[in-house]
Parts: sequence; C-alpha cells; structure tokens
Amino acid sequence: MSGARARGRHLNVRTHRAIYGYLFILPFIVGFLAFLVWPLFHSLWMSFCQVDIDAAGFHPNFIGIANYSKAFTVDPEFNKLMSDEIFRIVTHTIAILVISLMIAIILNQEFKGRAFVRAIFFLPVILSSGVLVGLETNNSLMQSIQSAIQDNASFQLSDSVMNILRLSGLGTGILDVVGQVISEVQDIVMASGLQIIVFLTGLQGIPGSLYEAADMEGCTRWESFWKITFPLISPLLIVNIIYSVIDFFMKTDNEVMTKINETMVINMDYGFASAMAWIYFAVVIVIIGIASLIVSKGVVGSYE
Amino acid sequence: MSKQVIEGHQLPSFWERNRRSHGYLLRREARSKAYKFFRFLLLFAICFLILHPILDKLSVSLMEERDLYDSSITAIPRHVTLDNYRITSEQIYYPKALLNTLWISVLVAVLQVAACTLVGYGFGRFEFPLKKLWFAAVILIIIVPPQTISTSLYLRFRYFDIFGIVKLFNKGEALNLRGSSIPYYLMSITCMGLKNGLYIFMLRQFFASVPQSLEEAAYVDGCSVFRTFWQVILPEAVPVIVSCLLFAFVWQWTDTFYARLFLGGNTLLSMQVSGIADRIGNYFSTQLGIQTSLGRRQQFVSTATLMVVAPLLLVYLFAQKSFVESISTSGMKM
Repeated sequence: MSGARARGRHLNVRTHRAIYGYLFILPFIVGFLAFLVWPLFHSLWMSFCQVDIDAAGFHPNFIGIANYSKAFTVDPEFNKLMSDEIFRIVTHTIAILVISLMIAIILNQEFKGRAFVRAIFFLPVILSSGVLVGLETNNSLMQSIQSAIQDNASFQLSDSVMNILRLSGLGTGILDVVGQVISEVQDIVMASGLQIIVFLTGLQGIPGSLYEAADMEGCTRWESFWKITFPLISPLLIVNIIYSVIDFFMKTDNEVMTKINETMVINMDYGFASAMAWIYFAVVIVIIGIASLIVSKGVVGSYE
Repeated sequence: MSKQVIEGHQLPSFWERNRRSHGYLLRREARSKAYKFFRFLLLFAICFLILHPILDKLSVSLMEERDLYDSSITAIPRHVTLDNYRITSEQIYYPKALLNTLWISVLVAVLQVAACTLVGYGFGRFEFPLKKLWFAAVILIIIVPPQTISTSLYLRFRYFDIFGIVKLFNKGEALNLRGSSIPYYLMSITCMGLKNGLYIFMLRQFFASVPQSLEEAAYVDGCSVFRTFWQVILPEAVPVIVSCLLFAFVWQWTDTFYARLFLGGNTLLSMQVSGIADRIGNYFSTQLGIQTSLGRRQQFVSTATLMVVAPLLLVYLFAQKSFVESISTSGMKM
C-alpha cells in the first residue's frame, strides 16, 4: 500500500518536473515552430513555385523543379559560385581545425604574454560578423578600389624584389603566390578565434599526469600528441567543424549568399532564391554529416 | 642557467654538466631556445596579421589627402588630421546611429539571452518526454542557414496577416511589418535571433554542471521551481549569462543580415557604413564640386569602419575575460 503510494508520488514528481521542463523551453518551442519549421517548409514549397507578388499578398504557383534546374543548368554563375564555395568551406574548415589546434597547443604552454596573445587571437570573433573583415569585398566598387590600391602599392614596393626574382629565374608569379598564401592564412586565422578557445578548454582538461606517464615510458612528444592529446580532444572536433561551417553563412564575402540576397531583394524572384538557399542548406548538411561520420567512426572509433 | 642549490650542494656549472652528459644538455637547451624563438616568431606574425587591418585603417583615417598619394608614407601619417572623422560622422549621422545601435543591440541581447537562459535551464535541469528530439531541434537552428528561411520570413512579414484577420480590418490589404522592428523582437524572445542556438547550448552546458544539491536544498526549504531558479540558480549563472549577453551584443552590433531584413527603418551603424563610399562621393561632388578619387573614398570607408568597431573594442578591452571564460566554463562539448 505504502509502496504503491510512494510510486504514485514518484510518478507525480516526474510529471510535475516534466511539465516545468516544458514550461521552461516553451519560448524555444514556439519560436522553433513559428520562425523555423514553418518558414523552412514554406521556403521549400516556394522553391518549387513561381512566386507572384501584388498589393494583396504573394501567390505561389507550382512549377515543379524548374527553379532547381534553372540553378543548375540555366543560370550562368550559380554552379561555379557553389562549387567554389564548397571547395572553400572544405579547405578552410580543415585548415581552421589544424591551425586552431596548433595555436591552442602553443597557448596551453607557459610563456610570458600568453593572456595578451590569447586576447588578440579572440579579437576577430568580436569583430567578425562582417563589418571590419567583410566590407572590402562587399561590393564591386570596393573591390575595384582595393585592386587599384594594391596594384599601385605592390608595384612600388616590390620593383627591386621583382628584379631579383627575374634574375634568379623564378619569375614574378611567385610574389603573387606568396601574397595569396598570406591573405588565405589571414582569412583562416581570423576565422579560428572561437575554435582556438574550444580546443584550449579541451587541452586544459587533460590531466598532466598522463603526459608524465607517457614520458616515463619513453614516448616522444609527437607520439604522446597522437596517443593522448588527439583522442581526448577529438570530441571537440565536431563542435569546431560545425561552428566553422556555419560561420560561412554570415560572411559577407560568401558569394552564394550574396547572390541569394540579390535575387530576393532586387529581382524579387523568391522561388529561385529559395531554391538556391535550399541547395546551399543541403550541401551544408551533407558536409556536416560526412564530417561527423569521419570523426565518430574514423577518429574516435579507432581509439576505442 | 641559474645555479640551483640542492640540499646545500652547489650544482656544477652548465658546461661541466654538459660535458658529463656528452653534449646532451647543450643540444636540449639549444633545441628549447630555438623552439621558443620560432614560437615567438609565429605568434608575432599571426598577431600582426590580425591587428594589421585595424592599424592600417587607423593610420589611413588620420591622413590628410596629400599623404595618400605620397609614396614615401606607408604607415605613419605626416599630416595628421581629424577632418575625416568629422566628415564621416556627419555623413553617417554618427551620434544618432550610435544611440540607435546601442539601444537596439542592448534590447535584443537582453531579450535573446533572457529567453535562452530559460530554455537552457529547461534543457539542463529537467527530464521530460521528447527531450532528445527538442535538443536536436536546437542543433537544427544552429545549422540552418538564416538565408534559407529568410525568403519566407521576408514575405511573411511584408504581408503580415494572422488567419485573414488583419486583412479584414485593413481594407483587404495585409500589414507591412518589414520596416518595423517588432518581428525581430518577437524572434528574439523566442530564441530565433542571430546564433541563439549557440547561447542555448552554452547555457545548457552550464546549468547541467551546477550541483544537484543546490536545488534540492531549496526544494526542501519549500521553494517553488521558479523561485529556486530565480534566487538560487540564476545568481550562480551570472558569469555565463553576462558573457552570452556580451556575445549577443557585439554580434548584433555588427550584423547586417537581420538589420537589412527587419530593422531597415532604423538608422543603424552597420547599415550606414555599407553605403558610405557612394555617399562620400556624392557629398564631395555636390557640396564642394570635387571629384573624389578611389583612394580618398576608401579612406572614408576605413574611418567609418573604425568608428563602428571602436565601441566594441572598448567593450572588449574591459570584458575580455568574460568573453573567453564563458566558453571555458561551459565546456562546449556535444
């Protein structure tokens, strides 16, 4: 009798807690349904439609996969922009992971001015969402300004350098390559502020005794990196991959997104814009999916 | 190479010890020095890459026009002037835009983080049916590009209507909510603003790590669930909440995407800067009858950008620890 009552009360407490749990996440549920699920399906529907607009509202007319075939076969630049973007996402994400892990390991060591360096590395996160980094590439006017300035500046600065290069038979192309590499590195470093901190947190959670034991057993640093550090922080790889990939959405030099926005705001072709946005979303899901699979099966799995 | 004293005995000199170890000590010492040197070089180079755009803009913004064309000047301006700041400030309505941006960023950050705190607490502390599914939904809002839903949201708010009720009262026309900020506030209190999934995630991690005994003690003392949350748990969470607020604030400050979509009616800094180059060109040609060169316009873009990020740099200077530590304390593990 008393056991049954206790169980009854226990259940009561559980339902009680469940109700409170739902109360707390209620704002999210409302927002999720109203501002995500609904618009998501609506834009999926619109991507199969020709959307006409008048004062009374908008009227989607079903036209099948015409918008998608337009994106892939008719539109002159979408394929190229998209494949460039995929290439950029994949290469940059890998580079960001490598560089941020490397920097995190360095920042995990003791040296003077560590806090200062950490603060600087995190700075781009504060300024990232666009204005400072993105403005130069924001529109064509800016681009022409930039290239004009760069042409002038680099010509004066590197005249003698170019002579040396020409004499040594390397050609001036190498200077462009170096410049390109530096600007790529800059892009990547600017994008890895948060990832560095995430890795750093993971590194600080690894007990030092593990390394001491490995050292006793005669492990080199290289070996203890692959045997201790890497397996223990690999769960963080997924977090950082997801963060790096979603970071591309809001970059102002993301040309696919620029094209989508232009199609929407200037051409008012909502069906086509939705279709392109959905292609982008699908690609992102595939990239994150493949990455999670590799990390969970390949990296984490091999140590279990 | 400081001589260490162990139990009263002095260690032999470095070279003596080096000889005894057959040169191993010297090699080790040299390797460690070389490593430190390269580490310094690498960190310095990367710091330079990060700070360079800011320093470059700072130097350009202080130059007079003739300094721009003087090829002997690369970094430090010879004729320092604040005119660029004055003109830019006029052109982007700096004081007004600054106040507007401040107000909207603070408001939006508070709304978003308040909602995300509640939700994070719900996920971190309660067991309820379908919890995994809802948490997967949080991950989903993180990985859905805002552009994918923006077409729909744009049209939805452009022709706003709830089951035809608005049309009934507004002469058959839907309400245009695009210029108003209300939709964005609505999205903010329902955790659908910029990167809100991330805040939910961070806060959930934190709440899940608070010891159970704290709550239990409060319940035993007869505290209700909400009072426990408000008086016991929330004070514990202040550092994480503050850092989420800071993130929400700075990301809202520089955001142009949501600003363009919903906040078009407000004079915002991030939006003002986007059009600055053309506006400066117009200003010079109509007011003063001068054609501006590309370099000169670029100079104003740099100035304006600096003026937008200056308040953020100030915030960062004072709250740098808060930004970084939140990620550390919340762990960010999946």
